[in-house]
Amino acid sequence: MSDKKGMDPKTYKFDTLSLHAGYQPHKNAGSRQVPIYQTTSYLFDDVDHAAALFNLERGGHIYSRISNPTVAVLEERVASLEGGTAALATSSGMSAIFLAVMTLCEAGDHLVVSSQLYGGTVNLFRLTLPKFGIKTTFVKPRDTEGFKKAIQKNTKGIFGELVGNPGNEIMNMPEIANIAHEAGIPLMVDATYQTPYLCKPIEHGADIVIHSLTKWMAGHGSSMAGIVVEGGKFDWMQNDKFPTMTQPYEGYHGLSFAEEFGPTAFTMKARAEGMRDFGPCLSPQNAWNVLQGIETLSVRMKKHCENAEKMVEYLLGHESVAWVSHPSVPDHPDHDLANKLLPNGKGSMIAFGIKGGKEAGEAFINNVKLASHLANVGDTRTLVIHPASATHSQMDEATLKFAGLSHDMIRLSVGIEDIDDIKNDFENGFRAARKPRLVSNQ
Amino acid sequence: MKFKVNNNEVYASTGGRPFDKNKPLIIFVHGSGLTHMTWVLQTRYFAFHGYSVLAVDMPGHGLSGGESLKSIEDMADWVSDVIDAVEYKEASLVGHSQGCLVTVECTARNPEKIKTLSLMGGAGAIPMNPELLALAENNDPKAVELMMDWAHGPAGHFGGHPVPGLYHINTGSMLAKTRTIKNTLGVDFRACDNYKNGFEAAKKIKVPTLSILATDDKMCPVKEGKKLANLIDGSQIDIIDNCGHMMLLEEADRVLNVLKKFITTNYPAN
Repeated sequence: MSDKKGMDPKTYKFDTLSLHAGYQPHKNAGSRQVPIYQTTSYLFDDVDHAAALFNLERGGHIYSRISNPTVAVLEERVASLEGGTAALATSSGMSAIFLAVMTLCEAGDHLVVSSQLYGGTVNLFRLTLPKFGIKTTFVKPRDTEGFKKAIQKNTKGIFGELVGNPGNEIMNMPEIANIAHEAGIPLMVDATYQTPYLCKPIEHGADIVIHSLTKWMAGHGSSMAGIVVEGGKFDWMQNDKFPTMTQPYEGYHGLSFAEEFGPTAFTMKARAEGMRDFGPCLSPQNAWNVLQGIETLSVRMKKHCENAEKMVEYLLGHESVAWVSHPSVPDHPDHDLANKLLPNGKGSMIAFGIKGGKEAGEAFINNVKLASHLANVGDTRTLVIHPASATHSQMDEATLKFAGLSHDMIRLSVGIEDIDDIKNDFENGFRAARKPRLVSNQ
Repeated sequence: MKFKVNNNEVYASTGGRPFDKNKPLIIFVHGSGLTHMTWVLQTRYFAFHGYSVLAVDMPGHGLSGGESLKSIEDMADWVSDVIDAVEYKEASLVGHSQGCLVTVECTARNPEKIKTLSLMGGAGAIPMNPELLALAENNDPKAVELMMDWAHGPAGHFGGHPVPGLYHINTGSMLAKTRTIKNTLGVDFRACDNYKNGFEAAKKIKVPTLSILATDDKMCPVKEGKKLANLIDGSQIDIIDNCGHMMLLEEADRVLNVLKKFITTNYPAN
């Protein structure tokens, strides 16, 4: 231990980890690219080896619903990029949220959740989880004190999107993390919009980070995937709120996940119980596709953010635009917080209001050609949608209002095309929006 | 499980099985600033295969009470006290890094109690880099970052954890930050730096001894491990290629297989 060659850690940095983390070629026939292990199951050495794997006495793979070598590379890679101890990949972002909640909660538990979320996530918390006996109190993302007031005796966690979909309101993550930790509960953050290139929530107090990898992480609109990343700091044994983490678990001969696995206990439980029982596993092919995207994550995110800021400037000066919401705008209510949490860029999601309301919005969307009208974000291509009639259409009027949505809102996911081509396409849309009746008669 | 040693509460993982006094005892002793959790890929196996296991948190570490012990000699006596506290007359010891210094000293001091000794990433002395020692004693998280950097070989730096989804370096960092750095890592590093009796203690050891070393171990290089092992009569050496100091996690399966063969041969379960 007397090595004096430099006193700065030489652990790999972000771009290097994006390309290499989780994988060693010499253990895979020298294959430079990560192999796709297209298999359901894995040979045991003998009966004792099989029993040891099933009983978590050894690490290794049993069945691809539980784990798969290609998927494991993705899991380690994302954990490394997020500064997490462990990660568990799933078949979609929604299954990642569901798995995280079901690992944390039991029937009779309660969660405090930001109100500005992807519509599917709202429905999960509002309509589906109550069927499992898990109730939610929604709080507006900027109402930091409201999160504290909403915590009950049976509250097991706080959940939110760091930058809300689609309104771009930002949770004060460090303060809300403090509120959660003072109450002895974890903070779970959906950081899909940011990717670890823009923000590592664990550094700001989050305990569990969730991504829809389908979006910017994969980046090319080709593959569905999600992931749950564990920060490893949360002490599950500090109180008696999490008996399924701390008490002997019958499913593994009396195993206490917290005592045995400490900083990786949540992931171990999510995999051993959640993947075993619910099974939302990620296919190795999709894991491989996501890994290809992650290799260029920082390059793409720089271009996404650069284009987004140019589009913000363009929209702010446009006669057809009533308002623009993006954290880079100085008069955005969360601009200062965004500068603190998102120093590498404010992301490529823009919400704007179109003059003329819903009809104008529909005309705009029907007349852009380069921008794709679809229910996704974070593609390399520019995407647009009218949330009130699509992604958030299952909400009633009151819920829409509480979630910060309006009928004139267009959600824009800025791609990495040439910026002039995106602007020219939008000009066509705005031109049509100014004559909605004429367009609708065409 | 929890029990008391010298009036302080001790936590020890029993490998997921109830502690059974009718089975032979294996005690696992962790390295500087770490906890019982470093042993999870060895302890559960032995606990489910005929042994009683105690992967202890040293005083002031992990879930144990008390304050960190300030010398390797005190730690060695404490391990002996653990054997007494659980009402055993003998045990097999397994140590990692600093835990090797502790178990070597304990075995030399208690030849009647210790039946086998297994050393992972061990050396007869572990002199500390003064700058690293100062960082740890000043509670600087950089001490943990440096330790994790130097302690991991390719598997740690690139990845490929034996447990799917776990990332070595960040997990190790969290373990080392479980308690206040200066009170765990700082005290441990100072104790390692001060300890000078490793080679003399090794000469006294007469029990079957295994040394598992790793070619990419920067903390306790192979040549230092061999120097220690060669002083112990009949000592076995196993060297793992392409692996760093955290071999018990980086190459957990290999380590378990070697350890299993050694312990079941020299200290068989009933």
